[in-house]
Formats: sequence, C-alpha cells, structure tokens
Amino acid sequence: MNQRSTEGMTLIVKSIGRLVINFIILFGVYIILYGHITPGGGFPGGVIVATAFILIMLAYGRETALRKFGDMTASLLDNFGAISFLIIALLGFVGGYFFINFISLGTPFDLFSAGTMPLSNIAIGLKVAASLYAVFVALAIFGKIIVHRPPAEEEGTTEGQSQ
Amino acid sequence: MLLFVFILIFMNIGAIIAIESKSLLSSVISIGAVGFGVSILFLFLGAPDLAITQVVVEILILIILIRGTIRLDNTAIEKYRDTFAMVASLIFFGLFLTFAYVAYKSLPEFGHPLMRVSREYLQHGVERTGAPNIVMSVILDYRAYDTLGEATVLFTSIVGAFVILRRQGRKKLEEKDSTKVGIPGDF
Repeated sequence: MNQRSTEGMTLIVKSIGRLVINFIILFGVYIILYGHITPGGGFPGGVIVATAFILIMLAYGRETALRKFGDMTASLLDNFGAISFLIIALLGFVGGYFFINFISLGTPFDLFSAGTMPLSNIAIGLKVAASLYAVFVALAIFGKIIVHRPPAEEEGTTEGQSQ
Repeated sequence: MLLFVFILIFMNIGAIIAIESKSLLSSVISIGAVGFGVSILFLFLGAPDLAITQVVVEILILIILIRGTIRLDNTAIEKYRDTFAMVASLIFFGLFLTFAYVAYKSLPEFGHPLMRVSREYLQHGVERTGAPNIVMSVILDYRAYDTLGEATVLFTSIVGAFVILRRQGRKKLEEKDSTKVGIPGDF
C-alpha cells in the first residue's frame, strides 16, 4: 500500500479504514442474517456492505477497490442475487403457489427458522450490495477514465478487474 | 407531537434551501438533512427498520451525489423567472391545497384506529410465518410480490446506469487488451 500513497485519501483515513472496514462488513452481514429476528433485513444490510466497499474506493483509490471487487464481479453478483430471489419465489410451486414458504418454519427466535425468509434476505442483501456498489462505480468512474491494466503487471492477478 | 412538528418544519426549511441554493454542494447537503429528518421521524414513530434503511441509504446517496456533483463546475445557476411559470405554479399550488384540505378532512385522525389492518398480522404473524420481526414477515411473506417488484426496479435501474454511463463497449476493451485504454478526464 505504500507505493500507492498518492492515490486515495491521507494516511489517517487509510489506517482507520483498514481497522473499520471489516467490522462494517461484519455488521452488514449480521443485519442480513438476523433480518427475520431483529430490525434490519436484506436491504439495509446490503447497503451497509456496499458502503464498506465504497469506503475502500474512497480511501484507497480506484484501482485498489476495483482489484478487490471489480465492476463485472459486481454485475455478476447483482444478477445472481436477483435470479436466486426469483428462484426462491418459483420454488414455492413445490408447496403449492408462488412465494409460498415451503421450508418448515422451525421455532421462532432461532437463526435457522422462518423457512425461506433468511434465504430471501441473503439473496436480496447480495443483490443490493452488488448493485449499489456498481452504481457508485458507474457514476464515479465510468465517465472519467477507464484504466485497463496490462496482464503482466507486478501484482500478477487480474481476476476481479473488468474482463 | 410537538417534536414531529419541529422536525417537519426543519425538513421543510432544508427542502427550501435545497431548491433555492445556488451551489450544488449545499443543495446536496440540505437534501441529506431532509433525509435524516425523515429517519428521525421514523424512529420516533416506532419503525426502526425504516429508520435504519433511511439512514444508511441517505449516507450512501450523500456520498454518491457529492462525488458526482463536486467536480462539476456549474455551481452558479442563472436566475431567471418566467411570470407564466410563476402564475401557473401558484394556481396549481392553490388547487393542490384545496384538494388536500378536502382529502385530509375525510381521512381518519392520525394514528387513531390504531389496529385495524395490523391486528391480523400481529396476532397470527409469528405462528404463520415463523419470523418474530413482523416487518420482515410482511415484506417477505405477506407482501413478497412487492419485494420482487422492488428488486426488479433496482435491477433495471442498475442495468440502465451501466448501459448509459459506460463510455466504451465491452468488445472494444477486449480488443485493445494490452494497452492502457483511457479517456482523459475532461468530463
């Protein structure tokens, strides 16, 4: 990271961000997973996860964030979340009709309860996180400059970058 | 109730500043103040789900808007008033106020038939859906079609943003694979 000190914000923001980002993602995942028990759910949890990645992009600059979470990856995850939510809805035909809760309900206040609800929450959270990050990438980067790194650079890994 | 009136006045002032301000940055910040006022209202009305969502979305929108507007230079907007537009907006404002007054008188009082619709959900929600969070049982079980539609709207908007805002097609990027393809930042 020291070579990239010209990108992004100052050292203070980078250090604090390195400490905080994991906890933000953890909190977002908690909000997603416990959405059917405590206030929260897929949408706010997904937005919290998306803010963590946006914090990476603001603090460390464009290339670091796109290496961790490229725009094509975000687009793929967005599609995957939407399709899996639709599949959960369509699987309701197993039990009778669209959107029926076909898994057994379990005991309330358990983590694995309420049938398809945690699965739907996970799908929506994935979709919202990926899509809001993608729209930030689209609004903040696409109009300005698209840097396509050559494959033989010093990091060696090109996965995550666009194509 | 006094608190609600106070927050509503605060939000109105923020909205008026957002419309009338000349610099884009202060408009964006006052829109953020309006959104936080909405989240505080949700919190005091007993809807923590909506308050969480509102706060988080408001932070995200503020970041995106500041990132999108702070680089643009058109901060000074020419002030120029059309009398026809002024008169028309005043007439429509008066019409709106009249109809709103009539409609408001036919509405029930604020929060008074407290449990007409929600009693059913509150009584049978946990045993039918298994979720103690009643909001989630409404969103993902009773009204799951709405959630599907909302997810579709979000998906469509993201696809539209990707299609419109991308300067270069995917194919062109693949062709010039080993070079630095860049448009200089004169946006």
